[in-house]
Amino acid sequence: MRPNDRKYLKSHEWSKTEGDTATVGISDFAVSHLSDLVFLDLPAVGSAVTAGEPFGEIESVKAVSDIYSPVSGEVVEVNDDLPDNLDTLNSDAFEAGWMIKVKLSGESGELMDAAAYEELLKAEAD
Amino acid sequence: MKQTVLHSVHESLGARMVDFAGWSMPVQYRSIIDEAKLVRERAGLFDLGHMGRVRICGPDAEAFLQKLQTNDASKIAPGRIRYAMILNADGLTQDDILVYREPADDGFFLVINAGNSDRDLGIMRETAKGFANVEVIDQTEELGMIAIQGPLSQKITSELTDINLGELKYYAWARGNICGFEGAMSRTGYTGEDGFEFYLSQEATLATWQKLLELGAGDGLLPCGLGARDILRLEAGMPLYGHEIDESTTPYDAGLDFAVKLTHDFTGRAALEAQRAAGETRRKLVGITSSERRVPRQGYSLHVGDKEIGKVCSGGASPTLGLNIATGYLPLEFAEPGTEITFATRSGQVPATVVPLPFYKRER
Repeated sequence: MRPNDRKYLKSHEWSKTEGDTATVGISDFAVSHLSDLVFLDLPAVGSAVTAGEPFGEIESVKAVSDIYSPVSGEVVEVNDDLPDNLDTLNSDAFEAGWMIKVKLSGESGELMDAAAYEELLKAEAD
Repeated sequence: MKQTVLHSVHESLGARMVDFAGWSMPVQYRSIIDEAKLVRERAGLFDLGHMGRVRICGPDAEAFLQKLQTNDASKIAPGRIRYAMILNADGLTQDDILVYREPADDGFFLVINAGNSDRDLGIMRETAKGFANVEVIDQTEELGMIAIQGPLSQKITSELTDINLGELKYYAWARGNICGFEGAMSRTGYTGEDGFEFYLSQEATLATWQKLLELGAGDGLLPCGLGARDILRLEAGMPLYGHEIDESTTPYDAGLDFAVKLTHDFTGRAALEAQRAAGETRRKLVGITSSERRVPRQGYSLHVGDKEIGKVCSGGASPTLGLNIATGYLPLEFAEPGTEITFATRSGQVPATVVPLPFYKRER
């Protein structure tokens, strides 16, 4: 079971809300599906993100993928160490592998709880 | 989607399966980088059941092949293999193929690309109409095809067969007892390493796959997917249809002159002679390396300053070189090794350098 203190997008990003701030990352499933990560591009502090729109790019040996934002708002903190330590995503996608913190102005209407996300992963595995 | 005889084996190994030219094929079992390293350092096992396999026989088999393809079939000795092209009348590449003369000299065998096999078979059947006694037999469903690739291939394979592997030369093949079945194997591959490819009945393909994994367990042999095969062939500078070569390239454009012998009247010959008479080509297929993180990928544009000078044909992260590598056609003035260029990603230009091909050549 994935952490149930946060919500998920079907494109495998998560967001965890505490007060007026959401922490955003990607799930262990996304990390394992991408495999062999080589590059991560994250936005700068102060930039705006929009729910359902890409806020970054992640590249693996196989392909380049957009990372979609589960929430809207202003980026207030960025995990600057992460692009140079992509192994962190392999070992701890849900905590140390967080990507950005956003001062919330809204969130996607398509967010799922952990149970629904598990169902989605089961369906994708079949 | 079509499945090879090993499909359920791949699934039980947890392979990630993808659609490749209408076949469900394993792209990776583990990390692509780990699989590619395994082939360079030890050995890997590949399912190549998607490749097209065609037997050509009858008294006109050689004459038919002289019309069909660019290499000189009359110069292929029994038990030997040559790389060749099928062209259209304009000299443009329809496929790149391997031509095998039967060890007993009773016909030929062709291995063709999965994505082109329907078109190739159409061209073959049309070409065959010009000959009284030639038979084109599609054996893709009847036979399986697997490969072992890597420096330990011969050691692992020696107990599998009564064929003398020490005497089986590069680009040669033999028929014999393989894993208890009558079958054929060649010393060929698409990775730049030593290794063998097997052409066996479906039943024998499955048995040989399992037996090789058993024989190679102590040497680290593991199944490897098409993802590793693609980066290995790119490191070795081997062209892939749809990337370095396609319907817009002639063999001369791609620097594949060695596959063309102007000794016989093959389809497309006149166009190649005209290209040769017109003088040197205006562009050249080159290697490109980059030590940045971004991976150059097929279709990315290549630049010098503000000028777009070409596009990436193939690109990937090379585990052997520890660099990102790519191929592309560049105008001759930019094709000199050492030329500094860039490739464009969505987030900007990335520095890269023109280098000679291949990127990797094994020591023999």
